[in-house]
Amino acid sequence: MTPAASTAYDAAVSAAGPRKMLDVRNVRKHFGPVVALDGVSISVEAGKVAAIVGDNGAGKSTLVKILTGVHQPTSGEIAFDGQPVVMHDPDEARRVGVETLFQDLALVDDLTIWQNLFLGRELTWGGPLRLTRKRAMAERAREMLSGLQINIPSIEARVRRLSGGQRQAVAISRAVGWNAKLTIMDEPTAALGVKERTEVENLIERLRDQGRTFLLISHNFDQVMRLSNEIWIMRNGRVVGHRRTAETSGDELVALITGAKPAEIGRKPSD
Amino acid sequence: MTQPNVRSGTSVVAPLVPGQLARFVQSSKLLDWAIVLALLAVMAVGGIASPHFLTVANITSILVASSILVVVAIGQTFVIITAGIDLSVGSLVQVSSVMIGVAVTYKLGVPAGMLMAVLVGALFGMINGLIVSKGKISDFIATLGMLSIASGTALVLSNGRPVSVISPLLTSLASGSIGPIPNITLLAGIVAVLGHLVLFHTQFGTHLFAIGGNHEGSRNLGLKVGRIKVAAFMISGLLAGIAGIMLTARIGSAEPATGSSYLLNSIAASVLGGTSLFGGRGTIVGPVIGALVLMALLNLMTLLGIGVFYQPIVTGLVVIIFAIAYRFQK
Repeated sequence: MTPAASTAYDAAVSAAGPRKMLDVRNVRKHFGPVVALDGVSISVEAGKVAAIVGDNGAGKSTLVKILTGVHQPTSGEIAFDGQPVVMHDPDEARRVGVETLFQDLALVDDLTIWQNLFLGRELTWGGPLRLTRKRAMAERAREMLSGLQINIPSIEARVRRLSGGQRQAVAISRAVGWNAKLTIMDEPTAALGVKERTEVENLIERLRDQGRTFLLISHNFDQVMRLSNEIWIMRNGRVVGHRRTAETSGDELVALITGAKPAEIGRKPSD
Repeated sequence: MTQPNVRSGTSVVAPLVPGQLARFVQSSKLLDWAIVLALLAVMAVGGIASPHFLTVANITSILVASSILVVVAIGQTFVIITAGIDLSVGSLVQVSSVMIGVAVTYKLGVPAGMLMAVLVGALFGMINGLIVSKGKISDFIATLGMLSIASGTALVLSNGRPVSVISPLLTSLASGSIGPIPNITLLAGIVAVLGHLVLFHTQFGTHLFAIGGNHEGSRNLGLKVGRIKVAAFMISGLLAGIAGIMLTARIGSAEPATGSSYLLNSIAASVLGGTSLFGGRGTIVGPVIGALVLMALLNLMTLLGIGVFYQPIVTGLVVIIFAIAYRFQK
């Protein structure tokens, strides 16, 4: 690329604002007569951690399920890295580049670490027979974990034998390791002790500093304040506030979540 | 090793045995080898107790007697690994056997009948899988219904009567051998090798373990959970179909009413072989040896003159003892 072209590119980018990895525009989701999401618009900047906070029933889980391909929006648009996408199932979402760290981690206890890392993306040969390339997978899994500076006893160990923090690390590695454009983390440390939670948070920070993009869903305000760059606040299926993390406080978030402080965006004109 | 009760002389044994024994069994790989040890134990006891037990002729007859069960148990294991159960296998053996009788009655030829047997087994298996995955019915109920439907179908198609099947192909399967190995045992061996390859060397095999170990997680990761379940039931049905052919070969007729013993024995062999009924864990070698242990036990009891009525009690006890032992497995 010539310097001139590079400058023109940079100018175009800065004119358009920061690069948006995820752009959700006016997404609605109805379950029969129930309106779970009522015109939600959020975005996540590339290389940043965005958080969504909100009470139970605010619509966070529904939004996550839409972003991971489990549910399809009734209306609205989703764009990843500038490209509009439609995801019919979780497999399609993973192909687009959305990986998810699920609350239950979605690990299989009796499979090895490398089998878990490659679950659903196994390296195969033999065409339709889909014979597994075990050694290649174990080798690549080892490279991946050492690249992320994760210490695991053996790549051949069954996940059942790992500690809570190690399990979390394996699940996070899977959710960032396959060139994910966006990693969604649904309550990533809910089941962990203090020491393990710190380790996981350090890992997430390290990954963000490497340029990874995260969408964090958490009930833990301290964690949201520590890890995120910006925060979207949801209530009753709508986005009611948007803050830069550096410019807000836990108290303000609580006020927005509970409705003690009125909604600032996402209101209908008639409200 | 710590011994917390070392000071009080009397209480050493009582708390030590269940706790420490359990821990010892857990920490060792003993349970992984339990079924192999059981087979060796049966052979040792049998060799001492009866001069006929370890003869070539008797071992061959145990191998032949185990062959059909091995094939059904492998199919059952595919389903159990997905945390399911297939209660229809015995009836599928029956209806498949009857298909050969139908082919003979309508002069279609035995080879056509064999093809029909396998296809009908796979078809019923597929229906099982579709009811379970699309209909969201528990496998217990779905395959219990299929048990009844398939055995009824067998009775209707055969009019309740066995049909004599005379075929050089089936005679060769039943009584021929290559070297010292009976053909029917060879067939069971081929099924076992293929089963092992599918389970441990294909993506499909990995996914069977995954949906058995973590159903919701597998779905979240984009695995085609429904399709995989249907395939597992199809394999179980297809192998029941092959077992139906083997049974027809063995008894020389298509029988609408034999084969029901394969249901419980296939589950027993699978459990003896270390397959977890909770899913996500199992092998092919285990159930194969499990089937051999069951049939060797029956053979030994007959040689020793233990009455036929007592035999199910003994095999039942063995299965329960193994199931309890496997609870300590990590």
